Amino acid sequence: MATPLTVRVVEHQAAIFRRFWRGSVTFYVLNPVMFLAAIGFGLGGLVDETSGHVAGVPYDAFVAPGLMAAGAMLGAGAESMWPVMAGTKWVRTFHAMVATPVRPADVYGGVVVWTAARAFVGASIFLVVAAILGAVLSPWGVLAVPAAALCAAAFAAPLTAFAATQETDARFPLIMRIGILPLFLFSGTFFPISQLPDVLQPLCVLSPLWHGVELCRGATTGSIDFWPAVAHIAVLAACVIAGWRWGRRSFSRKLTQ
Amino acid sequence: MPAAAPLIEGRRLTKRFGDFVAVDGIDFRVERGQAFGFLGPNGAGKTSTMRMIGCVSPISDGELRVLDMDPTVDGTRIRGRLGVVPQEDTLDLELTVRDNVVIYGRYFDLPRPVIREWADELLEFVHLSDRRDDRVDLLSGGMRRRLSIARALINRPELLLLDEPTTGLDPQARHLVWGRLYQLKRQGVTLVLTTHYMDEAEQLCDRLVIMDDGCIAAEGSPRELIDRHSTREVVELRFRTDEDRERALPHVAAVGERYEALADRILVYSSDGEADADRLTNDGVRPDSVLVRRSSLEDVFLTLTGRTLEE
Repeated sequence: MATPLTVRVVEHQAAIFRRFWRGSVTFYVLNPVMFLAAIGFGLGGLVDETSGHVAGVPYDAFVAPGLMAAGAMLGAGAESMWPVMAGTKWVRTFHAMVATPVRPADVYGGVVVWTAARAFVGASIFLVVAAILGAVLSPWGVLAVPAAALCAAAFAAPLTAFAATQETDARFPLIMRIGILPLFLFSGTFFPISQLPDVLQPLCVLSPLWHGVELCRGATTGSIDFWPAVAHIAVLAACVIAGWRWGRRSFSRKLTQ
Repeated sequence: MPAAAPLIEGRRLTKRFGDFVAVDGIDFRVERGQAFGFLGPNGAGKTSTMRMIGCVSPISDGELRVLDMDPTVDGTRIRGRLGVVPQEDTLDLELTVRDNVVIYGRYFDLPRPVIREWADELLEFVHLSDRRDDRVDLLSGGMRRRLSIARALINRPELLLLDEPTTGLDPQARHLVWGRLYQLKRQGVTLVLTTHYMDEAEQLCDRLVIMDDGCIAAEGSPRELIDRHSTREVVELRFRTDEDRERALPHVAAVGERYEALADRILVYSSDGEADADRLTNDGVRPDSVLVRRSSLEDVFLTLTGRTLEE
């Protein structure tokens, strides 16, 4: 049986990763763990002393799933922009791919699938560390791993599509600063959105990260209900599908003129 | 028995980018086992043509058959049987020489043990075995081009497309590449290449088309093209001053079959260069230097378009 064309692209991404995995470990594992130590336990100790708990759980258990989903988003943001520019313009490896049986849509798919797969591995490691530190309250917590991967895909799909429309990387830092960073801070990652001004709270529905955080948190604290979970998954899936439709076109335009 | 279908056939093949016509209705055929060249200056439409043949650029008009299939519907199948060496290297700089070939082989879904065996053979073929574990960013331009060729051969293609295979390489590196391509030709691989070097076209191509401004100006073997469009020999005259050059023009017009006055020299087309050079000297023409040489494809291009290839 023939290997699907998308998977052949994933193999390429994995080969690149094998050379750079050490740097990635810092980015995907050490950084979130340091965040968990500093904010979950450092700041969390203070929070718990004052209020006893946040949203019904100790602060470290509250913030750990938030960091897990946010880490997935940050990883997807970095993976979906500069490496795509490298593939289309700087090193032109994507052009090498489309000279073979691989099609532009397969290149796009391979990049997004690989980003989600990396997020899956990163989230798994993070979950184990968080569990050892006592920040995972429910065995349902394992479901936070696929939730984080889905969250990563919800960002990777549109960002990868967008990156292929760009001629330079000039706009990428802007996306990180005015797109990714505000979401990181205000999507229920560090505090419940009930802390936000009333007018802003409904806006969180627009943040894919909020849906990712809610899913992860619901899993690790064992508190999620069925229908809200379905709704969060549906929103994230919609981001993936919309991005996918865009990406097929933008990669095609970029690689086969 | 019907004649074997050509490996590539283009009819009124056209490529437009918006209002710009890059390839303007060209007709050509490439037969199996040939080394076929597109010779022309930059911007003549060679790369656009190559990209259409390589099924990475949809045709705008006309017809194109590659390996007796239609690129519009069979792109993936055609590309599976092609080897492509692009003009700009598309190698993975961070990977090793060998991993570049291995990963590329996976795009064709070849099993890894098979790829490893062939990769070692191919690296041997392009003289890169001793660099197989080095990262590509440590290689010279000539080595990278040879690696691109090795990589393009991993699927054992019947047809190898090379876009400007030796542009930017030093003479020694060029000869190494030519040697490898010549070897492939002997093994029966059909080569299609673009070049703006007439010596490359003369060395490698059995047949070629001369492209200019999106159109085909002439077609034939290098020898045929020279016989048809140029004289046997050329006298190249260079002058110290513009006045000397101006004074020479009436005399030049009187000898040989015709002449081309270029910015830096005058070319006199002649069936007997030595005799005509002597006549000019006897007529009192005092060039700074005189060179008698055989006609080349450069002269064919100049005759057909009024311009040199390097312009």
